[in-house]
Amino acid sequence: MSYIPHTDNDIKEMLGVIGIKAVHDLFNAIPPDIRLKTPLNLPNELPEQELVREITNISRKNGNIEDYISFIGAGAYNHYVPSIVHHIILRSEFYTAYTPYQPEISQGTLQAIFEYQTLICQLTGMDVTNASMYDGASASAEAVLMAQRINSRPECLLSSALHPEYREVVKTYLGIRRDSIKEIPFCTETGATPVEAVERYIDKDTACVVIQYPNFFGSIEDLSAISEIVHKNGSVFIVVITEPISLGLLKPPGAFDADIVVGEGQAFGSALNLGGPYLGFFATKEGFLRNMPGRLVGETIDKDGKRGYILTLATREQHIRREKATSNICTNEGLCALTAAIYLTALGKTGIVNLAKINLCKMHYLRQRLKELKNVKPAFSSPVFNECVINLNEDGDTVIKSLLKQGILGGISLKRFYPQLNSHILLCATEMNTKEDIDMLIEELKELKNE
Amino acid sequence: MSSGLIFEKSSKGRRGISIPKLDVPDINPLDVIPHDVLRADIEGFPEVSELDAVRHFVNLSQMNFGVDTGFYPLGSCTMKYNPKVNEDMARLSGFSKAHPYQAPELSQGALQLMYELEGFLSEISGMDAVTLQPAAGAHGELCGMLMISAYVKAKGKPRKKVIIPDTAHGTNPASSNLAGFTVVTIKEGKGIISPEAVASVMDEDTAALMLTNPNTIGLFETNIKEIADIVHKKGGFVYCDGANLNALMGIAKLGDMGVDVIQFNLHKTFSTPHGGGGPGSGPVGVKKILEPFLPVPRIIKRGKRFNLGFNCPMSIGRLKAFYGNFGIMVRAYSYIRAMGPDGLKKASEMAVLNANYIMEKLKKAYHLPFDQTCMHECVLSDKVQSEKDVYTLDIAKRLMDYGFHPPTIYFPLVVPGAIMIEPTETESKETIDRFIAAMMTIANEARESPDIVKNAPQTTKIGRLDEVNAVKKPVLRWKP
Repeated sequence: MSYIPHTDNDIKEMLGVIGIKAVHDLFNAIPPDIRLKTPLNLPNELPEQELVREITNISRKNGNIEDYISFIGAGAYNHYVPSIVHHIILRSEFYTAYTPYQPEISQGTLQAIFEYQTLICQLTGMDVTNASMYDGASASAEAVLMAQRINSRPECLLSSALHPEYREVVKTYLGIRRDSIKEIPFCTETGATPVEAVERYIDKDTACVVIQYPNFFGSIEDLSAISEIVHKNGSVFIVVITEPISLGLLKPPGAFDADIVVGEGQAFGSALNLGGPYLGFFATKEGFLRNMPGRLVGETIDKDGKRGYILTLATREQHIRREKATSNICTNEGLCALTAAIYLTALGKTGIVNLAKINLCKMHYLRQRLKELKNVKPAFSSPVFNECVINLNEDGDTVIKSLLKQGILGGISLKRFYPQLNSHILLCATEMNTKEDIDMLIEELKELKNE
Repeated sequence: MSSGLIFEKSSKGRRGISIPKLDVPDINPLDVIPHDVLRADIEGFPEVSELDAVRHFVNLSQMNFGVDTGFYPLGSCTMKYNPKVNEDMARLSGFSKAHPYQAPELSQGALQLMYELEGFLSEISGMDAVTLQPAAGAHGELCGMLMISAYVKAKGKPRKKVIIPDTAHGTNPASSNLAGFTVVTIKEGKGIISPEAVASVMDEDTAALMLTNPNTIGLFETNIKEIADIVHKKGGFVYCDGANLNALMGIAKLGDMGVDVIQFNLHKTFSTPHGGGGPGSGPVGVKKILEPFLPVPRIIKRGKRFNLGFNCPMSIGRLKAFYGNFGIMVRAYSYIRAMGPDGLKKASEMAVLNANYIMEKLKKAYHLPFDQTCMHECVLSDKVQSEKDVYTLDIAKRLMDYGFHPPTIYFPLVVPGAIMIEPTETESKETIDRFIAAMMTIANEARESPDIVKNAPQTTKIGRLDEVNAVKKPVLRWKP
C-alpha cells in the first residue's frame, strides 16, 4: 500500500471539495446488489522485503540456462546480452512512458523506433518496417491476413517446416476460415521445403506462401527458386525468420524479392523470459505500405523546420478506422523494439557479421563431432546456420531426459510436433556454448548410446 | 533539438561491444553455405563505439516523458506508478533466463506463479477461468471474440453480429471484425447505455455485446445487469473490455454483473510499465460456459505439481508462440502480492477520489458534458475555450509548458473536443493541485491571451510537428 500517497487529512479535504461524506459515496452509481460485501480473497499485502524473499523463492523452483548447459533454440535463443542493453532499457524515461501520442515530449521513443525501423529494413533488405508486433508467430498470422487483403485470394500455403506454434497461431487468427490453410510437406531427405512441392500445391486461389528461413529444423531454404514460383502465380511471398542473428551472414529475404518479411526479434537483446515478452518484427515493400498492420514512425519537421519524429499513417489503424482497420494491434512491444535497436547499434556492422559467423562455427563444430557417433546422425542434408536436427535411432524424449540428469538441456524432442520424427531432436548452438559444452554433449551422447 | 540519428554518427571500422574469441575451429562460411545465399554487406548499418551508443540512447531518453518524470494523466491508459521492485523480480535469473521449452519439472516456479496469478485475476473479476496468453489488451479482445465465435459455431448456429457502443475503444470493433463479426453500433445518448437501446438491436443473430465498464466517459454502466439479461435471453454473450478495471478492484466484480468474458490489461491496472508502447499483457477471464474454448496451453495443477495442458479439443488454439508475456506476469503478480486485498481496494478508491476531485475543481473553468460522480477518470471538453478559438489540442500542448503530460484528447469520439483525465491513485493531492492550477491558468490564458496557448508548446525541445507533411511524403527509415 506504500504506492498510495493519500493521508487521512488529504482524503478528508478532497471529500469536502467534492461535497460528500465518505469514500464509499463515490460508488453510489454501482447498484448495491453488485457491490462487494466482503474483501477479496487474496493473500495479505507484503512489505517489500518479504515480497522479495517470497518471489525469489518461487523463482528458485525454476531451472534456468545459468544452471544448465543449454542447446535449446526452436524460436527462443540464448545469446549474450551486452551490459549496455540493460542499462539503457532501465532508463525509466523509456520504460515508464506510454505510446508516443504527444510527439513533442516523446522524441526519445519516436526516434528510437525510427532507428529500429531502419535497422530491420537494413537487415531484411525490405523498404518499410512497423513499430513491432507481439511476437514472430502473431506477426506471421498478420502477414497472412495482409496477403489476403492484397490479392483477395482465399488460400494460404504454409511450409510444414515453419515453426509448429507459428502455424497454430496462423490457424487461430484465421478462426472459422482455418480450413483455407494448406501445408506443404518438408523433404525428409533435406529437411527443406521442396521447390517442386511448392509448384504442385500452388494455384490461382493461393493468397500467399509462407517459408521460414532458416526453417524450424535449421535448414536454409532455397528462397530464390520458391520466390520465382510464388510470383509467377501472383501470390504473396512471406518469409519468416525466428533466428535473425543469421542475417549477419545470410542474404536478406528482400534480395529474393520477398513481399513480407516477419519474424522474432528476441535474439536481439531480449532475455528468454520463459517465452515472452518477445519482439515481432514486420517488414514489407513500399507498395504494400498501406496494407501493413501496426504503428509507423515517420520523419517530419516542426514549425521552425527542425527535424522530428511522429506516429504517422494512423488512418489505417483501429483508433481511426475502427472495424475497417488493417489490424486490431494497439499496444505492441515498444520496449523490446528499443532493446533491439540498442543491441544492434552496440553490435554494429562488424559485430553482427562476426557473431553470426561464431554461431555458424559452433554449430558446425557440433556437427563435425557428431560424426564420431555411430548411432547418431544429422537427420537432414540441407545447409544449416546454428540449429540442426539429429536422428538418435531411439526415443528422443528418453535421451533428453537422460541428458538433463547430466545438467544438459539437450535440445527439444520433435515427437510432439512431428510424430514421424519420434527419434529426432532439434539442437541449437550459439556463442554461449563453449567448446567444452559441446564436447560434453558429445561425450554424454556417446555414453548414453553405449559407444 | 533533434538528436542526430545513430546512422549519422557512424564511422567505418568503429565497433561497440567486443565479440567472444572463437574456441572451435574457424570455418569459411563458403564451405558450408552456398555462395548465392551468403550476403555481401549490410548497407548503412551503424558502426559506433560503446560510448557513442550509450550517449546516443541516454540523450534520447532525456527527450521522453514517463511516469517517473512527471504527472501523466492519460485517460483510459492508467499511467500509475510502476513499483521498482517489480522490475527486479522480473529480472530474477529463475524467470528471465528460463527457456520456454525447458522441461516442466524445471519450470515449476514459473508455472506456480502463472497458476496463482490466474487465480488472483479470477477472484478480482469474478470470472471462473483465466488464460494469461494474450500479449496485450487488444490481443485479449481478439481471444475473447474468437472464443465467442467458436462457441456459436459449435452450437451449430453461427451468429454474425456484435453490438458495440459508439464510445468504445477502437480496438473493440477492430477485434470483433478480425474474429469474423459484423459490428452494430449503438449510441450512448446520456453517457450510459440504456437497456432499451440494447433491446432494440439485440436479436438471434447477435453473438455478443461488447462494452466497457466503467465506460470511456468515466461513468459506471448502472444498468449493466438488466442489459446483460437482455443479451443472455437472446442467447448472446456480454464481453467487457477490462481496460478500466482500476476503478473496481475490491468494490464490485464484473462476473457478478452478468459479464461472460473480460480481458485484463496488466500494463494498466496491475502496474506493469507500458514501455513507450508495450510490452503489455492481456489475460482473458471467462465464465464456465466458455472455459473449454480458452487457448492452449492451460496451466494445470495436480497435487503439488504444475504442468502445461494441451488436451483441450474445443480450444480456439494458440494466440502466440509459447505462453504469453511471462515477464509482465511476474510484475503483475508482484504488484498484487504487495498490495493485498485491502491495498487493491484502496487503489480503486483513491483513483476514483482523485478523478472526482479534479472534475469538481475543473468544472468551474471547463465544460463538463456529464455532470455526475465519475469513476477513475473524467471527461471535459473545450466548449468554453473554443469560443476564443482555443481548442483541446492547444490546451494539451500548453500543459507541456507547465511540465505535465497532457490527458487523452479527442476521445471518446462522442464528446467533441474531449479532454479525458485519469489521475490514478499513485498521485498525491499536491501533484493534483498543481495540475489543477495549471489547467486553471490555461483557462485564463485562453480567455485573455489565447495566442500563448495556441503557440504552445514553447519550452519543449521540439515544437508542434507537421503531421500532414509526414503523411504526404512518408519517410519511414533513414537512407544514406
